[in-house]
Amino acid sequence: MVINLSYSKCIFIPLLLVFVVDVIAADNYTSAKQAMLAEIKTDTRLTSIATGRSKLSNHVMDALITVPRHKFVRPGDEKYAYENRPLRIGYGQTISQPYIVALMTDLIDLRADYKVLEIGTGSGYQAAVLAAIVKSVYTIEIIPPLAKQAHNRLSTLGYNNIETRIGDGYYGWQEMAPFDAIIVTAAATHVPPPLIKQLKPNGKMIIPVGGKFFTQQLMLIEKKIDGTVRSRQILPVAFVPLTGTH
Amino acid sequence: MFTSFSKPNRPPLIAIFLISSLSLSYEVLLTRILSIIQWHHFAYMIISIALLGYGASGAFITIFQNKLKPRFPVVFLTNIFLFALSSILGILLLQQLPFNPLELFWDKSQWIWLFIFYTLLMLPFFFAANCIGLVLYQYSGQISASYAADLLGAALGALGIVFFLHWFFPLQTLQLIVFTGGLAALIAALELKSNKTIIFICYLIMLFPWLLPKAWLELKPSEYKSLSQARNIIGTQVINNKSGPLGLLTVLESPKVPFRHAPGLSLGSDSLPPEQLGIFYDGDSMSAITRFDGNPSSLAYLNNMTSSLPYHLLENLEVLILGAGGGTDVLQAKYFQARHIDAVEINQQIVNLIKNDYANFSGNIYNSKNVNVYIAESRAYLQASEKKYDLIQMALMDSFATSAAGLHALNESYLYTTEAMKLYLTHLNSNGVLALTRWVKLPPRDTLKLVDTAKQALHQLGVADPKQHMALIRSWNTATLLIKNQPFGSSDIAKITNFSQRHSFDLAYYPGITKIEVNHYNVLPEAYFFHGTSALLSEKSRQFINQYKYDLQAATDDKPYFFNFLKSHFLPEILQLPANQGLALIEWGTIILYATLIQACLASVFFILLPLWIYQRSQPETKQSQTTTFVFSYFTLLGIAFMFMEIAFIQRFILFLGHPTYAIAVVLTGFLFFAGIGSAYSKKWPAIQTVKTATIGIALCAILYLLILPSLFNWCINLPEIFKIVISLLLISPMAFFMGMPFPQGLSLLARYSPNRIPWAWGVNGCASVISAIAATLLAMEFGFTWVVILALVCYTLAGRIFSKKLQSLS
Repeated sequence: MVINLSYSKCIFIPLLLVFVVDVIAADNYTSAKQAMLAEIKTDTRLTSIATGRSKLSNHVMDALITVPRHKFVRPGDEKYAYENRPLRIGYGQTISQPYIVALMTDLIDLRADYKVLEIGTGSGYQAAVLAAIVKSVYTIEIIPPLAKQAHNRLSTLGYNNIETRIGDGYYGWQEMAPFDAIIVTAAATHVPPPLIKQLKPNGKMIIPVGGKFFTQQLMLIEKKIDGTVRSRQILPVAFVPLTGTH
Repeated sequence: MFTSFSKPNRPPLIAIFLISSLSLSYEVLLTRILSIIQWHHFAYMIISIALLGYGASGAFITIFQNKLKPRFPVVFLTNIFLFALSSILGILLLQQLPFNPLELFWDKSQWIWLFIFYTLLMLPFFFAANCIGLVLYQYSGQISASYAADLLGAALGALGIVFFLHWFFPLQTLQLIVFTGGLAALIAALELKSNKTIIFICYLIMLFPWLLPKAWLELKPSEYKSLSQARNIIGTQVINNKSGPLGLLTVLESPKVPFRHAPGLSLGSDSLPPEQLGIFYDGDSMSAITRFDGNPSSLAYLNNMTSSLPYHLLENLEVLILGAGGGTDVLQAKYFQARHIDAVEINQQIVNLIKNDYANFSGNIYNSKNVNVYIAESRAYLQASEKKYDLIQMALMDSFATSAAGLHALNESYLYTTEAMKLYLTHLNSNGVLALTRWVKLPPRDTLKLVDTAKQALHQLGVADPKQHMALIRSWNTATLLIKNQPFGSSDIAKITNFSQRHSFDLAYYPGITKIEVNHYNVLPEAYFFHGTSALLSEKSRQFINQYKYDLQAATDDKPYFFNFLKSHFLPEILQLPANQGLALIEWGTIILYATLIQACLASVFFILLPLWIYQRSQPETKQSQTTTFVFSYFTLLGIAFMFMEIAFIQRFILFLGHPTYAIAVVLTGFLFFAGIGSAYSKKWPAIQTVKTATIGIALCAILYLLILPSLFNWCINLPEIFKIVISLLLISPMAFFMGMPFPQGLSLLARYSPNRIPWAWGVNGCASVISAIAATLLAMEFGFTWVVILALVCYTLAGRIFSKKLQSLS
C-alpha cells in the first residue's frame, strides 16, 4: 500500500505540477494578452488623427485575443510574446509589433466571407489573425524553412482555412484570385502590378513601409469599383507636420 | 623569459612608428568592417568609444606607473602582442555576439551586448596607446622625437590603409595589420635584446592570422541587411565581390526570383524590369544592373517612374547623369534616345563592373558611342567642365532604407548645397532642366529642403521669382523636382500634367497650381508637398521654415549637412509619443551623433577622469593640484583645438580634392606628417618662444585660409589630381607644422617638473580628441565650419596663455 502510494505520487505529482504550470502559464498569457490589448486600444486612440481610426473593430480585437501569439514566436521568447514590440524569428525576419498587425488588419476592413491573400507568411501570426476573421486565407512565403515552420504551426493549431505556399509572391496566387484583400509584408521597391490585378474592385491592399523594427508608414491601396487604383499613406503616429500659413 | 631585457638609451622609435601607423590603420579598417557587418552610423558610434582606449591607457599608466616603469621592456612588448592579438580576435569574437542595434529600443539585453562590443573594440587601442604612452613616460627627455615618430607613423597609417584597401579585402588587410604588429614586436624585441623565446613569440604573432581556421575569417553582415535577406531566397548566388576604400560591392544573381528593382514604379505600370543583377554596397543599399539586349521596348518600365518626367519636356537631349551607379539612369536616357550622355560616378569599381565584368549583360551601355563615363566626384567634374546640358539628372543616390531612417545626417554632402545647385544650374543650356529625384519621406523633409536650396540658388543667380522656375511631382515613394533657369511655360505645364495623369503620379507644384489639382492618386492625409512647396516659395517662407518641425533651411558649403533635419526642440515631442511610435519620425543620424557625444563624455568620466581623480586623492602635495589644473586645461584645449582644426580643413579639402576617401587620406597624412616634423623641430627653440610662435603661426594660417581657400580652390580646381594633392599638402604643411609644437612642449615641461603626470596628459588629450571629433561635427551642423575654426583658434590662444603662465610660475 505504502509502495503503491509512493508510486502514485511519482506519477501524479509531476502531472499535477505540469498541469499547474500550464494553468499558470495560460493565466500569465491571458493577463499578458489583456495588457497587450489595452495598450493597443490606447495606441489606437492616440494615433486616431493620423490613422482615421479611434478604435479598432471588434472582430480584430477578438482575433488578437484568440490567436496564441506565444505559439508563433521563437522558443525562449514566449515571455515577450505579448509585448507591443516586434520580435525576431530568424532568417532576418520578424513577427510584427501587435499594434501594427492590428492596425493593418483593421485598415483593410475585413468581412467574414472574405478571401484574403498574404505575401510574406513569416511566422504565420498575421495569417492566423486574418483566419480568425475571414473565410479563407492564402499565404505565400519565399523562404522555405520559414514557410515550412509556419505551415506546421498553423496545422498544429488547427487553422484549417489557411493555405500556405512556398514561392515568389510577386505574381500572387493566380488560381485563387481575385482577392477581397491583400497584405504584402515582403519588401519591394514598388507595388507589384500582378497583385493590383488580383485585387477585387472595392478591395484593399495594405503594405507596411520601413525597416523590420520600425514601421515608417502604412500604404493602403484601394481599388475602386471602376478599377482605378489609389494609394493612401498612413503614418502610424500622430504627427502634425505643417504649421503656419502661406 | 623576460630576464634578459635591457632598456636602451634611445626610445624604440621604429616600433612606436609602426604601432602608431597600425593603430590608425586599424581604426579606419574598423569603420569599413563595421560598416559591412553592421551599419556605417553604428561604426561611427563605436569608433568613438574605441578611441577612448587611448584615454583609458593614460589613466592606467598614471595609476600603475610605479609598477609599470621598472618593467618597461616586458610591459612594452606584452602590449604590442596584445594589440596584435586583440585586433583580430576582437573582430572574430564580436561577430559571435547576438548584438542587433535595431533592437536597442526594444530589448534591454542589447545594451549589455553593446557594452561587450565596445570593450572588445576598445582593447586594441588601449594596448597600442599603452605602448606609446609608456615610451613618452619612460623617455621623457626625448619626448619630441617620440611624439614625432607617433605622428609620422599615424600619417603613414592613414595613407597606407587606403592603399591596402584598394588591393585587399578588409579581413586580408586585418591579417596584414596583425602581421605588422608582430613585426613591430620583433623590432622592439631586438632593440631590447630579448631572448629567443620572445623572438619566437614575435614570429608566432606574425603568422597567427594564417593559423586561424578559414571558416572563422569571414565577415558576417547582419541578417537584417538587404544582402543577407536576399541570400535567403532560393537560387541566389554571390557572383562577384569587389572591395575598396569606398566599400564592399557584392553582386548577386537571383535566377529563380528576379530582383525587379524599379523604385517608385507607377501603380498603373504594365511593364516590369527585365532580368537584373543586384549590387549591394556594404551588404545593403541595393541597386541593380539591368539586362539590356539593345531592344528599347524591354526598358519601357523606365517610362513609368517620376524620374522620366524631364524626357517628356525635351527631346534629343544632351544629358548629364550625376551618380550613375549601376546604370539605370543611363539606360533611361538611352530609352528616351538622348543624343549624348555624360555619366559621372565616384566609385570606380561600380563603373568597372558595368564596363568590363557585366558589359554584355548591361548591353555595353558604358562603352556605347554616345556615352562617356567619368570617374569623379560630381561637383569636381562640373567645376572642371565648361560643358552645358539640356538635362542634368540626379536620382536616388541612396537606398530607401537608409534614407527613411535618416542615417545620412552624420554625413556632409556637397551635392545638395546652395553652391552646388548654382553650379548645376550654370551648366544648363538656356531651356535646360535640372531634375532631382529623392525618396518620399513622411513627414516630408528632403524634397522640401531641396526646394529651399533651389530657391536660394536661383535668387543668387539673379532670378527674381523662383516660383516660376520649379515643378514637383511624386509617386508613393519618389518625388522629382524640376528646376529651370527659364520659367516653366504653359506647354511645359501641360506636359507635366499630362504625364502625371497618365502614370497616376501626383502633381505637387508647378507655377499657378491650385489645391484642387493635388493629392489624388497617392493620397496623403494632407497635401504636404503642395503646402510645403507653396509656403517655401512664398513671402512667408522664413516663417514656415521656423515653424516646421524639421530643419528645411538650405545647406551651404560651410554647413554641408543637407541630411540633418532634426530640430532639437522637436525631440521631446517625438519622445512623448506612445509606445516608441515616435521612433519612426526620428532622424537617426543626428540622434546617434548626440548619443555618441553623451556616451563619449560618460565613458571619459568613467574610464579616465574618475580613476585619475581617485588616484589624485591618494597623492598629497598642493603643487600636484596646480599641475593637475595645468595638465587638464592645457591638454584638453590642445585636444579640442587640434581635432577642430583638422576636421574643419578635412571638410574644406574634400571639396577641393573631390574624392572623400582620398581627400581624408591626403589631408590626414599631411596634418600628421607635418605635425610630426613640427614636433621634432620644436625642441630647437626655448619653450615659451615655441608655443608663442606656434600659436601665432596657427592663427595666421587659419585666418588666411578662411579668406583665400574658396577662391584658390576655384582657381585650381581644373588642375590634374596630382597637382591638387601637392597643392593641398603645401597648404596644410605650415599650419600642421605649427600645430605639432604645443603638445610635446607641454609634455617636456611635465617631464622636467612632474614626469608622473605625463601619462595623464596623454590620457586627457586622447579623451578631449574623441569628444572634440564628435563636437566638431555637431557644431559644424549648427553653425558651420568657419565657427569651428574660430573656436579652434580660441582654444590654441587659451592654451598658449596657460602654458606661458605655467612656465612663469615654475621659473
